[in-house]
Amino acid sequence: MLEVENLEVSYGALMALHGVSLTIQPQEVVAVVGPNGAGKSTLLKAIAGLLRARRGTIRWAGHRIDGQPPEHVLERGIALVPEGRRLFARMTVRENLELGAFTQPAQKGRQAQLERVYSIFPRLSEREHQVAGLLSGGEQQMLAVARALMGHPTLLILDEPSLGLAPRFVESLFSVLAELKRDGMSFMIVDQNVHMALQLAQRAYILEGGRIVREGEAQRMLHDDHVRAAYLGPLARGTS
Amino acid sequence: MILTQQLILGLLVGGLYGLAAAGLSLTFGVLRVLNVAHGEFLMLGGYGAFWLFSLWQIDPFVSLLGVGPAMFVVGLLLYWILFQFVVKADEETRIKNSLLIGFGLTLVLHTLAIRFWTADERAVTTAYAGAVMRIGVFAVPLVRLSSLVLAFAVLMALHLFLTKARWGRAIRATAEDWQAAALMGIPVGTTYLVAFALGSALAGIAGALVSVSYSISPSIGMEWTLKALIVVVLAGLGSLFGSFAGGIVLGLAEATSVTLLGGPYREVVGLVLFLVILLLRPQGLFGGRG
Repeated sequence: MLEVENLEVSYGALMALHGVSLTIQPQEVVAVVGPNGAGKSTLLKAIAGLLRARRGTIRWAGHRIDGQPPEHVLERGIALVPEGRRLFARMTVRENLELGAFTQPAQKGRQAQLERVYSIFPRLSEREHQVAGLLSGGEQQMLAVARALMGHPTLLILDEPSLGLAPRFVESLFSVLAELKRDGMSFMIVDQNVHMALQLAQRAYILEGGRIVREGEAQRMLHDDHVRAAYLGPLARGTS
Repeated sequence: MILTQQLILGLLVGGLYGLAAAGLSLTFGVLRVLNVAHGEFLMLGGYGAFWLFSLWQIDPFVSLLGVGPAMFVVGLLLYWILFQFVVKADEETRIKNSLLIGFGLTLVLHTLAIRFWTADERAVTTAYAGAVMRIGVFAVPLVRLSSLVLAFAVLMALHLFLTKARWGRAIRATAEDWQAAALMGIPVGTTYLVAFALGSALAGIAGALVSVSYSISPSIGMEWTLKALIVVVLAGLGSLFGSFAGGIVLGLAEATSVTLLGGPYREVVGLVLFLVILLLRPQGLFGGRG
């Protein structure tokens, strides 16, 4: 389980997170909702080890992981699917997936995991030898998720997975995530498609200006006036 | 006829330009650091081969097996002492600082080489140094031909490493997107280290081949850095074989200019090529991206 306590992260003199605290229980899906520039990506990157915390702690299964390099965080079972997918565009689908299993623990079960990932995303096995940069947007997002799964995470962190996807790809992405959730994987998800993220999640945090301003059950958030006005208005609902 | 003979020689030296450029391209592509001391690394490799031959009569084509790994270690140390601090900066600062460090290193290595080995020009003269293969009226120096073949073989081996090996792929991943590589659990610092050391090893091997096919002196470094830089611009980043082909293009262009315009224009043609490519095709002849 993940425990973030009083996390502060800054870019130079600019504070991005002002003491954020949150928890994720085993097998739980947690959504983080907030406007642009609220610090959502910063929070996710700090957990994954890409950014250093100025203050505060991040614990995972009782061990402190703040200040650890990304490879150690990943080896312990936390994988981040970054915003914008960040695939290795000039490498094949297969090579991308194999790089996802780079860590020593993931190397061992690589073949079995590859088959598992292909069974979740059959499209990727058809495209195995294609260069990632030539896949469609939907396929690229599937590959980004699949690549993260190759590292055997128990907590998968998703940063804006539906950004730029056609509605039918958003549907199929979320149905895959729901399937993984049934298999017992934990998620932390940030998505502009707040409605779908909240439907997938059990609990949610609202992050505004680098602070958690509200937290609670995701179902209740869907009917919360503040949340509805700010994130589920007629405009926001139009995309879901 | 003179032109054809010159083109043959140009082709042969072009392979070494390509090998020198491949090393520079590797470090630049992966670390985004321009190592202007690359030519000095080549010079060191050349002296390594020269002394192994002079002191213990070890054939340069054999001593490559030692010079390459030795320069790999030199690269590891120099990265660890100097360049590891540079790569922590953002991209623009990286380039500036790496240029400063590289120029400093150039001066130091150049001066040390003069101090220890004098400014004399040296060459490895093996028993078979004069051997020539005749094709009709044209002469192909065998040592240079072997150097070309070896340069190609070394790049082939490196290509296999980068495409098939776990760490080779990690290096390519880091070159494409170091943050994404870090998220895959690739220790980016280590891939930087290995890529830099590999670049040094390539320079060292190129230097050993230069010492046996041509000649070396403490001052050849800058000239080779320049050639490598021209080829990198010519070929574009990202492909080893692109560098090799680019090297050969430069070799052939120089040969043509030597025949048509005379020897003094040899260096000029490369620089003109450099400018023309930068103006018309900044991503390079074989480069896919800018």
